[in-house]
Amino acid sequence: MTDATNNPPRHKTSLHTVDARTKRRNASEARFKMYGMTAILIGLAFLAILAVSIIRAGTPAFTRTVFDMELTLTQAEFEAAEKQLMKTKAYQAVFIDQLSAKLTEQNVQVAFDGKAIDRLLGKIGGDLRAHYRANPGDLGKPVQFTLPASSRVDGYFNGKVTRDTLVDSRFLEVSDLDLVDALHEAGIIHSAFNWTFITAADSSVDNPGGAGIGASVVGSFFMMIVVLGLSLPIGVAASIYLEEFAPKNRFTDLIEVNIANLAAVPSIVFGILGLAVFIQFMHLPNSAPLVGGLVLTLMTLPTIIISTRAALKAVPPSIRDAALGVGASKMQAVFHHVLPLAMPGILTGTIIGLAQALGETAPLLLIGMVGFVAREYPDGLAEGFLNANSAMPAQIYTWAARADSAFYDKAWGGIIILLIFLLTMNIIAILLRRRFERRW
Amino acid sequence: MYDARHTEAQVDQTETKISAKGVQVYYGDTHAIKDVDVEIADKTVTAFIGPSGCGKSTFLRCLNRMNDTIDICRVQGDILIDGEDIYDRRVDPVQLRAKVGMVFQKPNPFPKSIYDNIAYGPRIHGLAKNKADLDVIVEKSLRRGAIWNEVKDRLHAPGTGLSGGQQQRLCIARAIATEPEVLLMDEPCSALDPIATAQVEELIDELRLDYSVVIVTHSMQQAARVSQKTAFFHLGNLVEFDDTTKIFTNPEDPRTESYITGRIG
Repeated sequence: MTDATNNPPRHKTSLHTVDARTKRRNASEARFKMYGMTAILIGLAFLAILAVSIIRAGTPAFTRTVFDMELTLTQAEFEAAEKQLMKTKAYQAVFIDQLSAKLTEQNVQVAFDGKAIDRLLGKIGGDLRAHYRANPGDLGKPVQFTLPASSRVDGYFNGKVTRDTLVDSRFLEVSDLDLVDALHEAGIIHSAFNWTFITAADSSVDNPGGAGIGASVVGSFFMMIVVLGLSLPIGVAASIYLEEFAPKNRFTDLIEVNIANLAAVPSIVFGILGLAVFIQFMHLPNSAPLVGGLVLTLMTLPTIIISTRAALKAVPPSIRDAALGVGASKMQAVFHHVLPLAMPGILTGTIIGLAQALGETAPLLLIGMVGFVAREYPDGLAEGFLNANSAMPAQIYTWAARADSAFYDKAWGGIIILLIFLLTMNIIAILLRRRFERRW
Repeated sequence: MYDARHTEAQVDQTETKISAKGVQVYYGDTHAIKDVDVEIADKTVTAFIGPSGCGKSTFLRCLNRMNDTIDICRVQGDILIDGEDIYDRRVDPVQLRAKVGMVFQKPNPFPKSIYDNIAYGPRIHGLAKNKADLDVIVEKSLRRGAIWNEVKDRLHAPGTGLSGGQQQRLCIARAIATEPEVLLMDEPCSALDPIATAQVEELIDELRLDYSVVIVTHSMQQAARVSQKTAFFHLGNLVEFDDTTKIFTNPEDPRTESYITGRIG
């Protein structure tokens, strides 16, 4: 008994003609799709630009120029050199003699002096002397030496230094480039993979060639252990309590709002908090990975708590009902049923939090992990946590701030290493997610 | 599905299992259950019927204190099981729920294997001393849940991979695996097709021999088929509670008559 019966008769419409209204709707849908595509394309373009520029600028850090030289030092030459006043100079003279002999043997004509060798190889005499004093057994035998060339020579091989732009200085002269070319022709000098960059600690400002990211990788590793060891249990326990057990009242609401706000606090604020609390008040050692880890834990906790709570919330309540219905206690319901189902979400959140912490520089700035240059590896576990060290992003920042352009390459190379770590962590997150994912 | 059951049922209705006196339930400011008195007999199927939102599910959830999980829910009055007040301060709801099993409206097996679904309850209550004991309990429960023949070859397949009807019977088997004394069923067939419904109803009729079964249902035919006692709820009141035959043939209250003849609800 509705009023519909009183309506005027309907117009007959054909399904084969599209009316104006439908046309407008379709057009706006097509426009919207186009906006979306454009946005994605722009995003991809930026990503591609980023990747290409990082790889282009970073790869030089992974190669270095080395001298491959077979050298024979006789017992007599060794004793003679040790008697001289300028001992390292004597070793260099031997090196120059044998290099000249080798070049003549290969019919390469080039003139050079000790100063040129200094510029290309640094103070090589000292290295040779140290080797023979440590290994007297090598005297009289041919020994294969692989000596790193100076970073200017690296620059010449990478195309950073050219004959047109080179200005003679105490680091490199144009005439040295002729020598480099000649040595390259003779097969004495060549590019090799730069293991030093991956394994070594940082070097002094005037030795970019010896600088490596190894020690700061170790620093970052110890920091991540602290972050993982503290923020995962604390964060997960806090979220389980808040989500499953805490009464819903004004106080828990307040906590919830505060956690959400903490996630948005700039990281430098956590840095200054760490400086005030951990270093100035608790007197923990400066620049220690333990302190860095504590600060980054504070930073990571809100991320982990928020993602864990979201993951717990996403578990259907019917699972809780089912567990309680067969007489499980609340804790059994949570730990036997809810938590395993929330696991993929928790792990993803944790790894995203860790990745964030791994790339964080600003808080480290304030607790002194940037000013410090790690020159050696920590010795043992306790030292790893407590001795001053740097971290990957801090090391990159330090290199980028140095005047010598050779360090600039190192900074880009460091970024590649950092990105490899982040990528690995994200892949682990995806794999864990797949592994733990279950349907219900 | 034969009617002779109503007469044979009378014999068993001897002792009272659950007795509720003056039960009031509030959700915040809403008065959901108003002064309900009901006596539920042992070894009997009692059906709660009534229109949506009349409070029958709420009352059912009071019987094993599942309402405790809802923060704003308050329960007043006495509910006694075997003469013991289940809302007494000394009662641990966990022990209560082991005694009063529950089957939910939507089948909700754990996302684990069929075996683990059944074994979970006995495990946490320590009902099995060893693996062999547990195997026996699982088989017995699945047999009583009338699903053993369908799943005996794939006990370690996930319970969530079964069909809706099988899942619900699995949930019933899970509920009886802990040897409860009372079985509460909240619209157990609402998500099932007629064939699965028939299987579940047959199962309920068998369970009656050992348990006191309370079933909430929207289908009056179902109430008539499976229950011996029927309670009609309307707007939070228990309007009428009597033998099923009496409710469906000769109701005393005009509201009950209107509902079962389809005029309200």
